[in-house]
Amino acid sequence: MEIDGNALAGDLSEVFATDATVAVFTCAGCGHAGAVATLRVWGPAPGAVGRCPSCTDVILRLVRTPSRLILTLTGATRLELPLDA
Amino acid sequence: MKNRISWRVATVSSARWETASARTLVLDVPDWPGHLPGQHIDVRLTAEDGYTAQRSYSIASAWTPAPSATGAGSAGAPGTVELTIQRLDDGEVSPYLTDVVEPGDQIELRGPVGGWFVWREKQTAPVLLIAGGSGIVPLMAMIRARGEARGRQPFRLIYSVRTPEDAAYADELRLRVRENPGLDVHFVYTRKAPDGWPTPPKRIDVAAINSHGWPPDFQPDCYVCGPTSFVETAADILVALGHDPKRIRTERFGGA
Amino acid sequence: MGIISRGFGGRRRESLPGLPPGQYLTHDFPVLSAGPTPRIPLDRWKFTITTETGEKHSWDWKEFTALPAEEFTVDIHCVTKWSKLGTTWKGVALDTLFEDVESAADYTMAHSYGGYTTNVPLDDLLEGKAWLVYEFDGEPLHPEHGGPVRLLVPHLYFWKSAIWVNGLQMINEDEPGFWEAGGYHMYGDPWREQRYQGD
Repeated sequence: MEIDGNALAGDLSEVFATDATVAVFTCAGCGHAGAVATLRVWGPAPGAVGRCPSCTDVILRLVRTPSRLILTLTGATRLELPLDA
Repeated sequence: MKNRISWRVATVSSARWETASARTLVLDVPDWPGHLPGQHIDVRLTAEDGYTAQRSYSIASAWTPAPSATGAGSAGAPGTVELTIQRLDDGEVSPYLTDVVEPGDQIELRGPVGGWFVWREKQTAPVLLIAGGSGIVPLMAMIRARGEARGRQPFRLIYSVRTPEDAAYADELRLRVRENPGLDVHFVYTRKAPDGWPTPPKRIDVAAINSHGWPPDFQPDCYVCGPTSFVETAADILVALGHDPKRIRTERFGGA
Repeated sequence: MGIISRGFGGRRRESLPGLPPGQYLTHDFPVLSAGPTPRIPLDRWKFTITTETGEKHSWDWKEFTALPAEEFTVDIHCVTKWSKLGTTWKGVALDTLFEDVESAADYTMAHSYGGYTTNVPLDDLLEGKAWLVYEFDGEPLHPEHGGPVRLLVPHLYFWKSAIWVNGLQMINEDEPGFWEAGGYHMYGDPWREQRYQGD
């Protein structure tokens, strides 16, 4: 099922101290930069796959196990998180 | 240690139908920290055998620290959160929330979460909201928040529904158009229009957004929410009309 | 832990003694995908086995469907906990495709249209344990379920049965594929409940 990065907010809130859906990723494939909320996301099972809205390369994978949350970020060269002002 | 977002137990205090297949649950959440319109919560259900299912739902209510001043529709009391759930017939969670849950039942939730598809009162630009079906929910929270804050930002809503009976919050929207100055609402009917409607049923198109949205020169903040294909169509039209892609925020729901 | 949601059953599911641990029986066929569904015209479809020395063995659609095919019935087990019993497929055994392939490598990486990958030891593909299938239940395999052709390795969790498969790369050392790199188990035996890394 295709959704978008907004739906990752809950799981990412258990990883990051600030809201990671407003973080800006830079795609390792095409260089596109945008908010994590704008990722095209497939999931939720077996995991959520976040793809670049510009080139559809995989930016992140998010897998929930009963005891762990595994975030794989191989498709992003950078993740820029705003600090609480 | 910082108080991280975690699961809380909410109690359903009341429920009401918005359409034949969409139901609002009013949840009583102890220590609710408040939320911004557009944010959502994750709901987790657990079966007796331990099986769990988790879904994300947009919050429908506005949040105000003090009780509602105007009483126009659903302001949301400080410790309550309202969700409007559209039943998906082949769904696993939504039919439970629309047809099984009763006042007094408890569900687990996590949130509020999501800080991107939100509207803040300090935003001064005109706002264009485009809803496809149940995509109205987070946009309704924005309309309610503006109403409760007596905001003056010009708001326009274009709301695409299959038939007049599929429109959620129709009475409240009518009331708010009267009582909240600067709010306009336009419906797009895709299957059946009301008697006397000037155009036959049609999908959202350039003409609808051009006539009932804001000109790009006004630099409006645009929020589009609905099924994936709807959101893509509407966002493409906005860009083609000359709206700045940076001012277009989208949220895609899975189902059609 | 979680409170019980009164009256919540979730999808109708049955636990049977014959199922791998932690699995439930399902009668529908859930669709899981990690990206957009590619539509591959059959005249453009191609499957290639590439050995560790770079030697390639390819079949186009005509050549592939001319190979001896088998119809068979197996059980499938998805790591998301559903199992489906008695599913009927038609396809070509990997033994047939490997007949003329010379390789000393012990591992393979399956590659798919759309970029998906999954690693499978060569031994798990041979001796009648795996197929490239193109029919499900007597019908051409639907793109949602991996058509035109998917790998089918029914004795491992279903993510190893790569949808939209277009090649196998022989590799000397085992490497993680798409979900294995994301936290899932390298081998994925449902009977030993090897779901995640460390299981």
